[in-house]
Amino acid sequence: NEQLAIPQLRQSSYRHETPPTNPSRRCLHLGYFGGKRLHKISWSAPKPSPLTRSAPMAKLAIFFTLTLSLLPFLSHSFSPDTPTDRRILVLLDDFSLKSSHSIFFTSLKSRGFDLDFKLADDPKLSLQRYGQYLYDGLILFAPSVERFGGALDVAAVLDFVDSGHDLIVAADTTASDLIKSVATECGVDFDEDPSAMVIDHQGYAVSDVDGDHTLIAADELIRSDVILGKTKIEAPVLFKGIAHSLNAANTLALKVLSGSPSAYSANPSAKLSSPPSLTGSAISLVSVVQARNNARIMISGSLDLFSNRYMKSSVQKAGSPSKYEKSGNEQFVTEVSKWLFHERGHLKAGNLRHLKVGETGEPAMYRIKDDLEFYVDIFEWSGNSWEPYVADDVQVQFYMMSPYVLKTLSTDKKGLYHTSFKVPDVYGVFQFKVEYQKLGYTSLSLSKQIPVRPFRHNEYERFIPTAFPYYGASFTTIFFFYLFVFFLVIKTRFAGALQMAGFFIFSVVYLYNNRMVGRPPFSIL
Amino acid sequence: MASPESAVNGPTMTAGAASKSLRNAFGGVIAFIILVLIGVLAFSIRLFSVIKYESVIHEFDPYFNYRVTQFLSKNGIYDFWNWFDDRTWYPLGRVIGGTVYPGLTLTAGTIWKVVNSLNIPLSVETVCVFTAPIFSAFASWAAYLLTKEVKGPGAGLTAAALLAMVPSYISRSVAGSYDNEAVAIFALVFTFYLYIKTLNTGSLFYATLNALAYFYMVCSWGGYTFIINLIPMHVLLCIVTGRYSSRLYIAYAPLVVLGTLLASLVPVVGFNAVLTSEHFASFLVFIIIHVVALAYYIKGILSPKMFKVAVTLVVSVGLAVCCAVIAILIAVVASSPTKGWSGRSLTLLDPTYASKYIPIIASVSEHQPPTWPSYFMDINVLAFLVPAGIIACFMPLTDSSSFVILYIVTSVYFSGVMVRLMLVLAPAACILSGIALSEAFNVLTRSIKNRKKEKENVEKKPTPSKTEKRLLVLPLEASVIAVLLLVLLGAFYVVFSVQVHCVWAAAEAYSAPSIVLTSHSNDGGLHVFDDFREAYSWLSHNTDVDDKVASWWDYGYQTTAMANRTVLVDNNTWNNTHIATVGTAMSSPEKQAWEIFHSLDVKYVLVVFGGVVGYPSDDINKFLWMVRIGGGVFPHIKEPDYLRDGQYRIDAQATPTMLNCLMYKLSYFRSDFIPIHKTDGKGFDRVRRTEIGKKHFKLTHFEEVFTTHHWMVRIYKLKPQRNRIRGKTKKSKSSRSVSSKRDVRGKRNPWH
Repeated sequence: NEQLAIPQLRQSSYRHETPPTNPSRRCLHLGYFGGKRLHKISWSAPKPSPLTRSAPMAKLAIFFTLTLSLLPFLSHSFSPDTPTDRRILVLLDDFSLKSSHSIFFTSLKSRGFDLDFKLADDPKLSLQRYGQYLYDGLILFAPSVERFGGALDVAAVLDFVDSGHDLIVAADTTASDLIKSVATECGVDFDEDPSAMVIDHQGYAVSDVDGDHTLIAADELIRSDVILGKTKIEAPVLFKGIAHSLNAANTLALKVLSGSPSAYSANPSAKLSSPPSLTGSAISLVSVVQARNNARIMISGSLDLFSNRYMKSSVQKAGSPSKYEKSGNEQFVTEVSKWLFHERGHLKAGNLRHLKVGETGEPAMYRIKDDLEFYVDIFEWSGNSWEPYVADDVQVQFYMMSPYVLKTLSTDKKGLYHTSFKVPDVYGVFQFKVEYQKLGYTSLSLSKQIPVRPFRHNEYERFIPTAFPYYGASFTTIFFFYLFVFFLVIKTRFAGALQMAGFFIFSVVYLYNNRMVGRPPFSIL
Repeated sequence: MASPESAVNGPTMTAGAASKSLRNAFGGVIAFIILVLIGVLAFSIRLFSVIKYESVIHEFDPYFNYRVTQFLSKNGIYDFWNWFDDRTWYPLGRVIGGTVYPGLTLTAGTIWKVVNSLNIPLSVETVCVFTAPIFSAFASWAAYLLTKEVKGPGAGLTAAALLAMVPSYISRSVAGSYDNEAVAIFALVFTFYLYIKTLNTGSLFYATLNALAYFYMVCSWGGYTFIINLIPMHVLLCIVTGRYSSRLYIAYAPLVVLGTLLASLVPVVGFNAVLTSEHFASFLVFIIIHVVALAYYIKGILSPKMFKVAVTLVVSVGLAVCCAVIAILIAVVASSPTKGWSGRSLTLLDPTYASKYIPIIASVSEHQPPTWPSYFMDINVLAFLVPAGIIACFMPLTDSSSFVILYIVTSVYFSGVMVRLMLVLAPAACILSGIALSEAFNVLTRSIKNRKKEKENVEKKPTPSKTEKRLLVLPLEASVIAVLLLVLLGAFYVVFSVQVHCVWAAAEAYSAPSIVLTSHSNDGGLHVFDDFREAYSWLSHNTDVDDKVASWWDYGYQTTAMANRTVLVDNNTWNNTHIATVGTAMSSPEKQAWEIFHSLDVKYVLVVFGGVVGYPSDDINKFLWMVRIGGGVFPHIKEPDYLRDGQYRIDAQATPTMLNCLMYKLSYFRSDFIPIHKTDGKGFDRVRRTEIGKKHFKLTHFEEVFTTHHWMVRIYKLKPQRNRIRGKTKKSKSSRSVSSKRDVRGKRNPWH
């Protein structure tokens, strides 16, 4: 099953301009130089084959040797075959966070991640070197930073995401424009009022002092096993921070933790003069975004959510009799981070293949009304190995501008999905399409083009029973015509017989041709 | 048929048959040599395009024919018949085998096969390039045969010579113009010749040949309906004027029966041969001729009195039957929305039909009515000789000459409807001009001869024969002068001037392959614009084999043939909706256009833009047709939105819809930097001769990937969908500066 690599999918045509989904670092690098740059050279000249280039060839060779020599160092990093992130850069406002949030970091380290802590304004900050990304994930625990140090800026962070890497952004009341603009670019709008916080007079966490109800015991979690794990999070999650909202049209972003109906976003120390702009369940406390290239982003309105203090603290939601010894924060954060770093919910599909029933080997073209079988392999990454993905809702479309056939695939529970159907009675250029978008999972979009041709001239039915009267009519006409010609001509001239023979031959040829066409004469009348 | 020459030779008959046959043989040899020379002339005058440019296929449709021929020569005739082409009309595909007229392809394929089996290694392209000149030589010979049947060999030779170099025909048959008309004109004239030959001889052999020639014509060109309507018209004319004969019957009846059977064997025609209204005239006349034949037969065997009784009987019964048949016919025909006529035929019957209902037919330039100057450009002095020819055909009016008159009259009408049918007029004009010239020579030379003889024999034979008396005889001096004038005129005006004109037309006007353009600079230098091939070769080298390229349908055939990429629409405009979809995309704003194209899996968009070099037939000039055709199917595209006060303009006065549509943006993107004099960064369009209305805009959903040397072809790529969806918050000041920085950094095109 090692052959089931993503590059087998029909993405090669994207190679020139955009990096492909989750490529390995090596592939990306070569794709960049070998593909895009040379692509420009080839504007004027025909595209040279890699073996006939001289100067670019030398460059290419150097990169090959470089990458080959780097291979041992890179082998433990993220790749399509092992999609879990490995190296993570953590940017902090100050290093005290390292200890105050140590539970979260330790859990990451214990899962095998390689954390690199840096100050957000470190002047040597850089995500990539020589066009290669040094990290697979980025955690921004620096809400107040106004400007990153080094070569890092918003664009660099977004490019990082756009090349398939993952991101955690945590904000709080001190959130800077920089952090807010990163969030906005990812589809999350923080409340524009800089002093506003989420307040909930119904769902606050009971504490010793009767505060301003900004510490919230949130329990409106998304119902998704793949994001939050199979074990239900019983205790409420403690949250203190700012609210954000999602654009309803944004299909990529999800509210993982949303505000209760009584929550609103306002300045807790000022008197409310106008209705708050963000209220109720429109408020999202923690959101996740899965970009189109399956890069995953988590945005939290609270940095304290990740802190040791909140994780260890006991929690009781106002008005609720049950008191929990430990808040749900630790479980929540751990499970979401598992999803985020592709330890869960990462699918790969490939080996799309189809064949005519009773034949082996993939045909280049089908005929209308052919019976065909369709196969596709889908696997899920379990964190350290590829396991068969089992679901009963994977569908294949036989598509030409609209789906002509839509079939649910059955699985053998070993990763192989299969169905069979009859090609519709329409010719054209069709596509087998597997579009699988399920909450929390990587979206699968595979297609394979296949033309469908009409019948050949000799594939039609030779004789149709309903047309027998017409055959009868034509043969009777022919027969009596010969009889007529015989009596009219044969008596007078011998030449007439010859002519008649000629007519006879012609008619036979004509009928033979009609038989070849397969459409009996006048049957469509 | 007594030829005029033999009438002239009447008095010398007594001199002996030997000298006469010798003279005839001599004349035959000379005529043969002249015919060979005419063939050489017809062939060689069409080679200017190869000499001036190169041996290359021209225009648009020939590229398709060339591609089909390549397929035929590679895969054989059965695969050609069943060819389903998945590289065009994506995603519908096209069944090529069932929708092409295979005559041209099969002809060239056969030539290629024969030549190669003789171990002459010609490429398919070479054969395709030279098919048209070869067949124009054949067409000249066919014109000789036809005119000879009508008015004798002298007229035939003149007509053949004229047809060999009439500009109208040259325009469609220069080397490289590998289109159906190239062989169809030969087939047309040859079919007419065989019809006249059958009519003159009454031979069933020629009638069968006639049906076969008709079959070849049906294979070659949709214009075969002209034959199957013109011949019945002529038959009807003969019957009405009391010229019915058994020869007419033999010329007509086998043609209809065999011809229809054969025509229905061509896949593209099939049952249309009996189902569509274009063919009904022939069946109606077929019935009429049988009724008439029966009437003549009965008249022959009955006494006049009995005949009168029979006539009343037959007429009353016949009328009833006729009414019933006609009622059924009308009911059948009226049940179809277009009354059983195809759009193109309706356009011929009602010249305003297409512009009212079918913009897709009206949008094709060769379907427009011709302008007056184009008559003089295309048939030149023949236009003046045709009336003389018609008069000559009336003296005396025979079956065959009435056919020629009918031919010229109908073809003049058709050429007035569609400029491409000028091609049908050209042979008719040549035949009639040939007749006119040769008759004039006949009359004048005869006058000279007779006057001389009269002077010699003034005492000997006071009474010339009756036939001679009726002939027009002019005074000697007048005729000598007239002959001299005619020769002089012929030399300097008709032959010389036409030839100079024809040579000029062949060399300058009609040889341009339109895929390669040239222009003369002020110092007499030649500048070649090879942008089309540059763009197509870029596509074929830099894009994936299965990528789809969207462009206006004009460039569809060329893209599939030269770039080997899949296209959405092409010059075979069979699906109006699909073309309207492309038209709608081109007239929509960028985002909607992107969505339309994306839904059709389009990767690249190709536009032709002439604003930099002043190439007038670019997409902006065709754009209103895209709007019309698109609006015909998708009513949210409205033509007035693109016009300011009814005027089509692209300057600052243009409507916002116009300035925001995809076609405008793709054409003028970055053209404010056009590195050509006179612009100075002002965005000056050299075709429209105006400054463009919207400059310095950016494309959001498309990116430019290639622009040819003279900017004539521009190729854009659809940007992939954005990886993330932005939030609603407006960019703050700091993030804006960041993002502009990013734009600078992310710049990929050196021209940005």
